[in-house]
Amino acid sequence: MKIVIVGCGRVGSVLAEAYDAAGHEVIVVDLSTRAFDRLPGEFRGSAVRGDGTDEDTLRRSGAEGADAFLALTEGDNRNVMAAQVATEKLAIGHVLAKINDPVRAAAYAELGIATVCRTTMLADAVSGFLGLPPSGIPSMIAPRGGHHGGHEHQPLGSSAGAPAGGEG
Amino acid sequence: MFVLVVGGGKVGYYLSKELIENGHEVVLMEKDRARADQIADEIGSIVVAHDGCEGKYLGEAGCARADIVAAVTGDDEDNLVICQMAKHHFDVRRTIARVNNPKNEALFRHLGVDEIISPTRMILGSIEQDIPVHELLHLAALGEGELEIIEAHLQDGSPAVGRAAGDLAMPEGCSLFAVIRDGVATPLRPDMTLRVGDKVIAIGPSECEELLHEQLIGDDPEAVTPRR
Repeated sequence: MKIVIVGCGRVGSVLAEAYDAAGHEVIVVDLSTRAFDRLPGEFRGSAVRGDGTDEDTLRRSGAEGADAFLALTEGDNRNVMAAQVATEKLAIGHVLAKINDPVRAAAYAELGIATVCRTTMLADAVSGFLGLPPSGIPSMIAPRGGHHGGHEHQPLGSSAGAPAGGEG
Repeated sequence: MFVLVVGGGKVGYYLSKELIENGHEVVLMEKDRARADQIADEIGSIVVAHDGCEGKYLGEAGCARADIVAAVTGDDEDNLVICQMAKHHFDVRRTIARVNNPKNEALFRHLGVDEIISPTRMILGSIEQDIPVHELLHLAALGEGELEIIEAHLQDGSPAVGRAAGDLAMPEGCSLFAVIRDGVATPLRPDMTLRVGDKVIAIGPSECEELLHEQLIGDDPEAVTPRR
């Protein structure tokens, strides 16, 4: 499938490398070309320098028609904005925003954006290590329906050999 | 009225000051502590030295009972998030965002921000009024931005010159309502004959700009040269 990753930081670059190696079409967008140093030499996807919150930049980078869009920059708000551009302007179905502020993550999940929150994820991992109960706040929140009246969130790639993923 | 202002730059500072002078209750959020202290020294203890994008601090600053939230930081994505959090998480009735990149104006409206303030567009507008780069000047946008007030400066070669205003074929939904002649503004009557030098003020949907241009400015490339 075609996957757009905004933010080529630690998480973004690891995922870009993995998805590219697995044969997916990967487009990475970052404001700084230096960030692309994190990508391995054999990376075959495209690395585009530009603002991932800008609709024109995303279109130019080939994000149209992507199967998935991952907003993984260091800024919660950049991720939120990029995710909304991807959903509203590019009509990409599977959009995920990394939001490290748990309150903001919950609020945007209400608005129909899938969010992943490193803060609660880490906190729960630490508590788990100590054998203490987790926070009870989900660190990965799938949309419950917002802007679009709630399409069910289905994991991508669950059905092996999905018809859309033929181009390699 | 209780107004929560986020962003203590020049805009946030002067806005807060003015609101207080007009008797409103104001809380200003500024995440830079030094800047926050400086503002507090000048206009009093209305400053919360925290990041207004963070849900927890927005709540502590009283966002839930704010009548208006004005997000005026220098970062568009921050302003968007502040307004959306205020609107959807704290049920604030009216949100105002400063939009620094004019490209984001439509997006912000689409995403539910009530009021858009675009300093870049305002500055461009003011400069265009002094330097006639276009023969059609955008004076203001109305409503959600779908209607515009436009000024057309009639020059030699304009197909409208010498004709009665009522005889011009206007695009649908578009009307000419005033003329500025020799510095005096008057309502435009249908029997008024238009002259070179007239500034005709029109209101209409932004899509009809091209047709307005044809009718009032003409297609003659010579007429495109700005003259004043």
